[in-house]
Amino acid sequence: MSTTPATVGSAATAPDPARWKGWIPVIGLEVHCQLKTRTKLFCGCEYRFGAEPNTLTCAVCTAQPGALPVLNREALALAVRAGLALGAEIAPWSKFDRKNYFYCDLPKGYQISQFDRPYCKGGGITLANGHRIRLTRIHLEEDAGKAIHDRGAQTLVDLNRASVPLIESVTEADVRSPEEAHEYLDRLKEILQYAGASDCDMEKGSLRVDVNVSVHRPGEPWRKRVELKNLNSFRNVSAAIEHELARQIAIYESNDPSQQVVQETRLFDAQAGVTRSMRGKEEAHDYRYFPEPDLLPIEIDAAFLAEQRAALGELPEAKRARFQSELGLSEYDAGVLTSSPALSRWFEECARLCGSPKDAANWIQNEILRGLSAEQRPASAIAELRVTPAGLAELIGLAHKGTLNVPGARQVLRAMLETGKGAAALVQELGLEQVSDTGALEQWCREALVGKDKVIADVKAGKEKAIGALVGPVMKASKGKANPQVVTEILLRLVKELP
Amino acid sequence: MSARAPQGVLELAADVRARRTNAVAAAEQALARLEKSRGALNAVLAVDRDGALARARELDRRSASGTDVGPLAGVPFALKANMCLAGVEANCASRVLAGYKPPYTATFVQRLLDAGANPIAITNMDEFAMGSSGENSAYGTTKNPWDLARTPGGSSSGSAALVAAGVVPFALGSDTGGSVRQPAALSNLAGYKPTYGRISRYGLIAFASSLDQVSPFARSVADVELVTRTMCGHDERDTTSLPEPAFDAAPDADSLRGLRIGVPDEYFPATLDAAVRARTEEALAVLERAGAQLVRVSLPHSEHAIATYYVVATAEASSNLARYDGVRYGPRAAGDGSLQSMYAATRAQGFGDEVKRRILLGTYVLSSGYYDAWYRRALKVRTLLLRDFERAFERCDIVAGPTSPTAAFKLGEKSDDPVAMYLSDVLTVPASLAGLPALSLPCGFVADGASRLPIGLQLIGPARADARVLALGRHYQKLTAFHGELAPLAHEVAA
Ligand SMILES: [Zn+2]
Repeated sequence: MSTTPATVGSAATAPDPARWKGWIPVIGLEVHCQLKTRTKLFCGCEYRFGAEPNTLTCAVCTAQPGALPVLNREALALAVRAGLALGAEIAPWSKFDRKNYFYCDLPKGYQISQFDRPYCKGGGITLANGHRIRLTRIHLEEDAGKAIHDRGAQTLVDLNRASVPLIESVTEADVRSPEEAHEYLDRLKEILQYAGASDCDMEKGSLRVDVNVSVHRPGEPWRKRVELKNLNSFRNVSAAIEHELARQIAIYESNDPSQQVVQETRLFDAQAGVTRSMRGKEEAHDYRYFPEPDLLPIEIDAAFLAEQRAALGELPEAKRARFQSELGLSEYDAGVLTSSPALSRWFEECARLCGSPKDAANWIQNEILRGLSAEQRPASAIAELRVTPAGLAELIGLAHKGTLNVPGARQVLRAMLETGKGAAALVQELGLEQVSDTGALEQWCREALVGKDKVIADVKAGKEKAIGALVGPVMKASKGKANPQVVTEILLRLVKELP
Repeated sequence: MSARAPQGVLELAADVRARRTNAVAAAEQALARLEKSRGALNAVLAVDRDGALARARELDRRSASGTDVGPLAGVPFALKANMCLAGVEANCASRVLAGYKPPYTATFVQRLLDAGANPIAITNMDEFAMGSSGENSAYGTTKNPWDLARTPGGSSSGSAALVAAGVVPFALGSDTGGSVRQPAALSNLAGYKPTYGRISRYGLIAFASSLDQVSPFARSVADVELVTRTMCGHDERDTTSLPEPAFDAAPDADSLRGLRIGVPDEYFPATLDAAVRARTEEALAVLERAGAQLVRVSLPHSEHAIATYYVVATAEASSNLARYDGVRYGPRAAGDGSLQSMYAATRAQGFGDEVKRRILLGTYVLSSGYYDAWYRRALKVRTLLLRDFERAFERCDIVAGPTSPTAAFKLGEKSDDPVAMYLSDVLTVPASLAGLPALSLPCGFVADGASRLPIGLQLIGPARADARVLALGRHYQKLTAFHGELAPLAHEVAA
């Protein structure tokens, strides 16, 4: 759930010698993100997650003989924006290469990728604890289709996803703990979403993570590297790293020669909470990379670069700073409200309309995000609710004017979420308008004071808090519509007027 | 020539446009000649009779209503079996693609259709364009109309044979290392490989992507020029196609004064067939008499061209042919039930020996540990070959030499010796590696027993100088009559 401000709230832990028995974790992340293009990387087909198999295909992405790839400029634009957002260097000249291997979901028998000249180098993300995770490179490549194995003896192939654009970002082995890995992924996702480059939705497969894990003793070389796959949530990424570190350290600590850490790929079993060797399933591949002769090299000129930089908009870090300095939000609130581009847009709109950023921030966090979280929906789902930023602004305005008390306002908001109706209309409909007609209130207050000599004496003796005992009955008499603050004021005045 | 002698492209199109004849009559005549020659030549893998007649009727209907039916109106032609016309089998003369009907039409085919040309047949070839004699077809060998015991050349064997037999006025081949120029030379035809990128490769089933070019055959240079200009120009479906539109034909010249023709020493080795040397030198003398200046030039890296070609082309082929795996099209062999064994069985049964040899070679030169010694080095030599030409073109406007080291050889003569077969491309491969425009055109004959065998002259121009090369070819054909001579079988077929 991205409603918890992981980027701000969970400060990364520096390596703790006791935690790892004196071993230092060495962790690198490889993240594939689908670019949010209208069409695929090398053909004009659209892509939608969950579409009927093999309906989003053409001669090019099904590898009909004689068909040729054509680079989608939009994909290149988004890839460049992703690189710029991550502070990387965009290569003015790069090229595509063929990665050759056979699998039934790979229609051409090779994947068009980038080998020795990626379009993007360097960059990185600085974590909340100040530790920087450097990026080695980002490259652009096409996705494979999907092989479906769970239909009896047959394997079925769906080529809808074939040739969908991906960027693969590879970090240096700078990550030092499972928590840092999680935070890095949160930040990466946030940046790519802000850059408009990717949805980064793991459930829809638009973000996939592989992890390399090894350990070493201080001052000693790194030990054998293990690759972890099958990680379907950020939580699982950190859990898998945790388990894998423990496994490797236990083997090294055991001094048992029958146990070895081998360089291999392991799959994470989230249910059992263990990693399992893929040994035997994956052979050592020689991908026979060579330059793709069907595509020209990628040349990126200053004008294209400037265009992408201009299209980038405000990135989350800058936005968080501005929310604090300009709108007066706390660091925590700014972190929560920038955790997704949709949420931050929603908040800014609402704050502008109601004129009170702090109230908007409180209402969104305390009421709306809490509700989404309870339904296990992400914060970005705020844009799909029946309440609009203008609707919440109107409600906040009514509460401000004293038309509504807080419980009443909450009730109206719930009704707004259910019905999509406006706040003012619902206040009327639910009969929640606060009674501020002092005539009626005074009458109820006078009735409440009858026979309450003890309270009256206490108040007169200076214990003003004692009056609270009489607010309840007045509220009850008003059927909850009275403004409790006004009631308190009237009661106190009446007591003072008493002889 | 009898009244029924085969017409050229320009002549026939002019007659259809002027309604002296019509597209249906042209298609029917070509189909009849095709049937008549079929047994002798084995040049055809599929005939699109219904499609051809339907297109012809439609064209005649539009012509009758006064519509301009295009510069190639009603001209029947043939496509090599590695070219896509929607719904018509294009199996690359391979078992691995048996029955494969492409769901789309190649850009270059569409442009010919739009110009009024009418495809009637798909022609035989060396499997996946790998060969120089037509003998590597999974569907039998094509014969040369000049001598049925000999090869028409390859890999575009069927297209060459059909034009040489007078069945169609033009046909398309693909030239990767000489697959159109060499059969043109062996079949008394003009065969033209344009500058790499002139014609979109979209819809040409790839052998070696950085070398493949669609290339037409016809009896005259003027005809191949018209067909080339109709097909060329940028195509957004092939980003390696040149950005500019079709080139204009250069006007006819009165003489060749001022033209410098470079004659490379390396194209006249001691081992060159004596008749080939004699006819080529005679052709150069004709050009010199017409005003051209002959200059000696050197292309010193030519001796490495064949080796370089067989590294680059096989590397690309090993990857291009990976898609023939039995998953999406073509026959699928069962194997033992695993995916790996299905692949292995499908490819073992589907590919012929030469294709397997080249896939293995290409896989080897790209393998880790061998890449630098083979593939990377070949790319460097390719650059050196290109430099050779650039230097030569500082001293001349066009390079001339023989197309093939020999005239048509006997079927079976080289089929057991791959290296001897590879060497028949020795004079065509350099221009392919350099991506240059190159034309082969008839320059005489040699008698061999009872046979009279054609010999070809090759003209190579700088990149993008297509118009210059073709203009020189036209000029030469005004001065000579070799291209007007018909193969014995063409006379029989026309009778
Ligand atoms: Zn597609």
